Amino acid sequence: MMTFLGYLVSGISLGSVYAIIALGYTMVYGIAKMLNFAHGDVIMVGAYISFCATNYLSLPAWLSVLLAIIVCTVLGVVIEGLAYRPLRQAGSLAVLITAIGVSYFLQNAAQLIWTSNTKIFTSIVSIPSLRLFGGQLTITGEAIVTVLTCILIMAGLTFFTGATRMGKAMRACSEDKGAAQLMGINVNFTISMTFAIGSALAAVAGVLLCSSYNTLIPTTGAMPGIKAFTAAVFGGIGSIPGALLGGILLGIIEIFASGYISYQLSNAIVFAVLIIVLLVKPSGLLGKYTPEKV
Amino acid sequence: MAEKSFQKGKMVPVPSHSIIPERDLSEFPVLECSHLGIDFGGLQAVNEFNIVIGRTEIAGLIGPNGAGKTTVFNLLTKVYHPTRGTILLKGVDTAGKTTSQINRMGIARTFQNIRLFSNMSVEDNVKVGLHNQVCYSMPSGVLRLPSYWKKEKQAHERALELLSIFDMQDLANHQAASLPYGAQRRLEIVRALATGPSLLLLDEPAAGMNPSETAELMENIVKIRDTFHIAIMLIEHDMNLVMGICEGICVLNFGQIIAKGTAEEIQSNPTVIEAYLGKQQGGAQDA
Repeated sequence: MMTFLGYLVSGISLGSVYAIIALGYTMVYGIAKMLNFAHGDVIMVGAYISFCATNYLSLPAWLSVLLAIIVCTVLGVVIEGLAYRPLRQAGSLAVLITAIGVSYFLQNAAQLIWTSNTKIFTSIVSIPSLRLFGGQLTITGEAIVTVLTCILIMAGLTFFTGATRMGKAMRACSEDKGAAQLMGINVNFTISMTFAIGSALAAVAGVLLCSSYNTLIPTTGAMPGIKAFTAAVFGGIGSIPGALLGGILLGIIEIFASGYISYQLSNAIVFAVLIIVLLVKPSGLLGKYTPEKV
Repeated sequence: MAEKSFQKGKMVPVPSHSIIPERDLSEFPVLECSHLGIDFGGLQAVNEFNIVIGRTEIAGLIGPNGAGKTTVFNLLTKVYHPTRGTILLKGVDTAGKTTSQINRMGIARTFQNIRLFSNMSVEDNVKVGLHNQVCYSMPSGVLRLPSYWKKEKQAHERALELLSIFDMQDLANHQAASLPYGAQRRLEIVRALATGPSLLLLDEPAAGMNPSETAELMENIVKIRDTFHIAIMLIEHDMNLVMGICEGICVLNFGQIIAKGTAEEIQSNPTVIEAYLGKQQGGAQDA
């Protein structure tokens, strides 16, 4: 029973990281209708910035996170402006390939700057682990912080998209860019803002992920990026609650699969579940199926 | 308000062979197009489009299907960039402006096929229109500073006020897609009005409406013009509506203006009858 609860806790914690990353995928897809495969590598950049800030500049943890958020936000806006904006009218395949290109560019740039040696990332979380049931169940400080951050971000984003002026502009752009433009909304600016928010979240996710796993290499972001993309599709891409649900479920399935079935097979099982869900519900768990209007 | 303050103005000639209502003479016309044209490949979709619209004029743009009417609207709102010619908005050249800048300069429009933000509530649709009217910075929105509450309250009140033009304030919390067809068309007009235009473009506002709804719409168009003191240009196939409320009418065929004038002049113009009204003898002509 305790093992089960332990797995559940680490599943939710891992899932929260996936959910935060998936939010970036899902917001960008919802508004710009593109898959930003470089999103995973922004996570890695965020983690490296935080690593450098604490190790080389001896900055306090909170400041290193803030610095990572700022750098990633700027990076996200720059990537969008330089790589994706010129392709706004181009086919989706061209944008997809560009995104993969940006992803490799970031990985290789990181390799040049920080070398491919594994960096030991010291956790930025300083709160102690929580011991329950007389020490039988341990919840790490990282897990607590991760889950709380995820809840906070979800609540903030739901409020932001639902009730603020910019959030409404984003929803309008996601439904009909042409009509939004004719209502006086600057679509390019709105898309830039979406990238800024997504990349800021990626920085947070990067720091949280590396705090839990402690290793950092230039390809750190690749696998979580793909998994989070899967989570976004799983929950229904374009939907913010879908990203949360998909992320958490994916995290739990992955941890249970590696714990109870086989560590080596855990990824295969995650994707098998995804395939089954998509066969039954092609638009994801919370996605809306919209037939093409003729 | 119920009393019709509307009377068709006396139309007087202005440069470039156009006419505007006499009452609008003291100001720059809201819109002045000269030699406007666009080519799609080798096809001249619109050519030599010259028109002047007064500040409070209700103008009609009519013509057979495929004549280029919606293309003209798309040119005016810079959805398409003109190949030739100039568009002056209140005397200011609009060359090089983007669609959203054009909206901020004062043109708002509705669409031939309804393009509401259908998953958003009625009120939020109007608030998107208010995007540039009620501003606060992003940080104050995220942190919910006092300016956020103040401005959101303003936006809420303004949205309800605008919705009340069409008695739609009770529908504010409904999802836009759930409204009946006629109400969706009205909401599109409210959303366009929310952007604070000086020229409102209506693309077939009466499409799919029954005669009594159309009659109500005609009253409302006039009411909007009288309340907001703006110019309205509309594309419409319903000749009762066009002849009933439009002061200046412009007839387009194959991308060219074939006639301009008042309702009476257009109705008796042989070229127009041949190109357009001639095809619909009977119902359409007894307007």
